[in-house]
Amino acid sequence: MSMMKNFMGWIDDRYPMTKVWNEHLAQYYAPKNFNFWYFMGSLALLVLVIQIVTGVWLAMSYKPDAELAFGSVEYIMRDVEWGWLIRYLHSTGASAFFVVIYLHMFRGLMYGSYRKPRELLWIIGVIIYLAMMATAFFGYLLPWGQMSYWGAQVIVNLFSAVPVIGPDLGVWVRGDYVISDATLNRFFALHFLLPFILAALVFIHIVALHKVGSNNPDGIEIKKGPKGNRWSDTAPADGIPFHPYYTVKDIAGVAGFLFLFAAVVFFAPEMGGYFIEHPNFEPANPLKTPEHIAPVWYFTPFYAILRAVPSIAGSAFPGVVAMFASILIMFFLPWLDRSPVKSIKYKGMLYKVILWLFVLDFIMLGYLGVKPTTDLYKLTAQIGTIYYFAFFLLMPIYSKIDKTKPVPERVTE
Amino acid sequence: MNADGVDLKKRRTLTLATSAVGAVGTGFAIYPFLAAWAPSEKAKAAGAPVEADISKLEPGQLMRVKWRGKPVWIVHRTDQNLQDLSSLESILLDPNSDDTGQQPDYCKNPERAIKGKYLVAIGICTHLGCSPTYRPDMAPEDLGPEWKGGFFCPCHGSKFDLSGRVYAGVPAPKNLEIPPYQYLSDSRILIGTDGGAA
Repeated sequence: MSMMKNFMGWIDDRYPMTKVWNEHLAQYYAPKNFNFWYFMGSLALLVLVIQIVTGVWLAMSYKPDAELAFGSVEYIMRDVEWGWLIRYLHSTGASAFFVVIYLHMFRGLMYGSYRKPRELLWIIGVIIYLAMMATAFFGYLLPWGQMSYWGAQVIVNLFSAVPVIGPDLGVWVRGDYVISDATLNRFFALHFLLPFILAALVFIHIVALHKVGSNNPDGIEIKKGPKGNRWSDTAPADGIPFHPYYTVKDIAGVAGFLFLFAAVVFFAPEMGGYFIEHPNFEPANPLKTPEHIAPVWYFTPFYAILRAVPSIAGSAFPGVVAMFASILIMFFLPWLDRSPVKSIKYKGMLYKVILWLFVLDFIMLGYLGVKPTTDLYKLTAQIGTIYYFAFFLLMPIYSKIDKTKPVPERVTE
Repeated sequence: MNADGVDLKKRRTLTLATSAVGAVGTGFAIYPFLAAWAPSEKAKAAGAPVEADISKLEPGQLMRVKWRGKPVWIVHRTDQNLQDLSSLESILLDPNSDDTGQQPDYCKNPERAIKGKYLVAIGICTHLGCSPTYRPDMAPEDLGPEWKGGFFCPCHGSKFDLSGRVYAGVPAPKNLEIPPYQYLSDSRILIGTDGGAA
């Protein structure tokens, strides 16, 4: 034992190993009332690791070349030992990442986790979400199937819709006048690079979290409450050490998650054409667009917003602006919520109804984004788009007039 | 000069000058990395004209050739198709092809072609770049009773007539682009150059 102690002493004199361990795990006091929704953060980290590991392994057999890419994916699926598993883990992981992150963001919405002093934590989170979307977009081109090709064609052309500089911008992003080998090669490089930036952003996200401390389902600041618990006289009374209490709880979450994840990987890796879309089993053909194209499900709410906005003066730009605005508006959320309470538990019926309608609206837009446009669907998407923006822009009003309940001093069990 | 013999004013000037030179240097260093994303010389050179043989193209048929990586359609229109063109003008956005950027001058006519029978057009939707589907069928269920053949974009529902003219009220803002082209003989078309005819 003393040998171990000496060894750690030697390390600690040169690197703050024990200090970091204590500050971020063993003596990091998180609120004791975390519930189901608090699994999502650690699950997102798990999925990121799954994606990086499987992605690096796929890169060992994949060829980022317009002539070879489609064939190399089939080679991975058929000839590489366990290649099918690694590829399905990666493709399912992409969708799982967005499922987990959407639930993680919804948790933030419910419990007001973006409110002071966590504004920056939320903003870093939105940046992570943007980086995730970019990573997913670059990755989707790589199998070089029909959906990959035409999906990338439409998204890159969004940049071309920017007035004046647009067409040149589109050419610059593609490195060619159409989506081509040059585009595929650079998207591969970017798809490999971004996850490491993502990992760095996640690190910053956790640093920010540990500076301000975790929120909780009651939206009560445990640091402002009474002090003293079983482990420390100075720690918040409502806090428990993250390790071992939440590390062990998170292991249970991981087990539950992997149970569902494995079920998809083994029994429904294509998820009926939503995780891997049917036209993507056909190699990219620059001369022919598939009958019906739609982005992968996690982009469709924003795609529905894009399509809902009509062209103005012969330019598709307003739709593009609306789509980007629908994501960028999330940055302002901390300052839009004027409610005296953080958590949905103590908010009034008005806010609850508006929030749940927002969830339904987001799902509805996601559904409309995969469907072909008809007049009825277009009108529905337009109403959905208006509601989406109204949720944010009218929040200063409805969050203020909402009848809130008194918040207790201490967290509830 | 203060008591320690440090000239703070001079120090601040030097700090600013060093930072400014560093920023300029960073700017210069970034440029090659941004410029490397532009199309390579090879990509720029790939725009050579292509030849198409239309001798086997039957009335009503569409053939695709690849020019600059894009699909170019050649459609052999029937006489009925050509007669129908004028009846659609009221529901088109730019029936007279007044947007000069979308076709060479010699194709500014209702057929948007050198020879009325053959439409040559770039098969890329002017909205977001999908390739519309050729729908020569008359009055199909999904496109309505007024449909007299044309192109339907599956991505966002834009409609074009058989001259590639865009319908009003669809996402696409412009008519399909007509590339420069010329007839080498009755059955051979050269796409990508018109020998200076425009």
